[in-house]
Amino acid sequence: MTTYYSKDHEWVAVEGDIATIGITDYAQSQLGDVVFVELPDVGKTLNQGDEAAVVESVKAASEVYAPISGDVTEANNALVDEPAKVNEDPEGAAWFVKMTVSDKAELEELMDEAAYKAFVETL
Amino acid sequence: MADPAASGQLLDTPLHDLHVELGARMVPFAGYDMPVQYEGIIAEHTWTRENAGLFDVSHMGQAFLIGPDHETTSKALETIVPSAISSLKPGRIRYTVLLNDEGGIVDDLMVTRPAEPDTDGRLFLVVNAARKDVDFPMIAAALPEGVRLEILDERALVALQGPKAAEVLAKHVPGADQMGFMTSMDAAFDGIDVKVSRSGYTGEDGYEVSVAAGAAEALSRALLSHDEVKPIGLGARDSLRLEAGLCLYGHDIDETTSPVEGDITFVLQKSRREAADFPGAARILKEFNDGAARKRVGFRLEGRAPAREGAEVLSADGEKVGVLTSGGFAPTVGAPIAMGYVATAHAEDGTPVKIVVRGRELPARVAAMPFVEHRYYRKPA
Repeated sequence: MTTYYSKDHEWVAVEGDIATIGITDYAQSQLGDVVFVELPDVGKTLNQGDEAAVVESVKAASEVYAPISGDVTEANNALVDEPAKVNEDPEGAAWFVKMTVSDKAELEELMDEAAYKAFVETL
Repeated sequence: MADPAASGQLLDTPLHDLHVELGARMVPFAGYDMPVQYEGIIAEHTWTRENAGLFDVSHMGQAFLIGPDHETTSKALETIVPSAISSLKPGRIRYTVLLNDEGGIVDDLMVTRPAEPDTDGRLFLVVNAARKDVDFPMIAAALPEGVRLEILDERALVALQGPKAAEVLAKHVPGADQMGFMTSMDAAFDGIDVKVSRSGYTGEDGYEVSVAAGAAEALSRALLSHDEVKPIGLGARDSLRLEAGLCLYGHDIDETTSPVEGDITFVLQKSRREAADFPGAARILKEFNDGAARKRVGFRLEGRAPAREGAEVLSADGEKVGVLTSGGFAPTVGAPIAMGYVATAHAEDGTPVKIVVRGRELPARVAAMPFVEHRYYRKPA
């Protein structure tokens, strides 16, 4: 499994033909207490940069953009009932969606873990 | 006065270094670099409802109006506010609003008549940070000869709020726990001169303590040394006041809204309504007697999705009837709540409405405020 990171603070873990998408620990720490998560329907086709999900903290609503293009195969509906999971385990149990990878070249535009860490250091 | 917005330079309060030391996340607010949260908004919100929270509100504007006697000073202020200030007893605080000529609200503020006999002719004012540059020139321009405005920009202001605030403050200010709600006194806090007011912006019992800038950190550290007290940021201040149904200036009330539309008619004391001698009195009294076309109300949303400022409010049959001015997840309620303006025909408690969030119409109902019961201290008779 290879994990990629976007400048919008999403992670993309690719295993075979399926990518699991979530937000990074840095993202959840910036958001603060997450109180609401809205996920796309299974089967929805997302183009890179489309709004894939919405995550709301006490203070504000934020969009989660699709870091790659593909079709949604699964949504983590546990987050809808327990949004606080996003704060507790953002890079594990609190994944947002699983989707197909329609263009592997898009993955190459993303960062690896070391590059993402360096990116966060600059913020 | 410096205009931080124009220069792009953020101002610091006297407690800035303490916030940073305590691990606060700092954000720009009303021209100041302010703590939005320390450990997290929900934890801080809940702590304040159950224990005592310490808030730095030093960005707010403090000033004295100084005249020869209470009658003269209060009459001067009454030319620009609709509340009865002249009848305010020593040591009492009144919430009021500055009005423009159209009866719109220029700011909301606290007015205190000091308790001490040697301060006769003084009124202590606390105004919103973002409105200082508007309020103070407006007040100064309204004053007759012999009454002057003294801006206290060398003072800090901290709020201690929550059910344990009284027992904590009384350890430093003997007798603070005996003060009535909306009363004020000059006192010594472990030897530091302070003005203590039993008031606040959370719906809980609590105090606001005005102190010289140089002593603010020592006072804050003394309060934070108690296990019952934690520092609380602006994030929880906002969620607490929203649950308490209290207006945030520039959002829930502004220069276009009147006190009647804003549903704060308690600022219109009977003597002033009868005299009809305040700015915009014709409009305000007409609205007071006949009702305004729109009114500030609360909303409870079904489901979990929060709705925020700017969201449209639709009637049950889909007609646009209003707009939200504040909204978010309410930690104590455990659900999303909001406030906003609706056409008066839709303002009754329980009226079903729809609130538009990201193109979706969320079911909601007009709801009585406060959303969380006020727990202000009532002094035994």
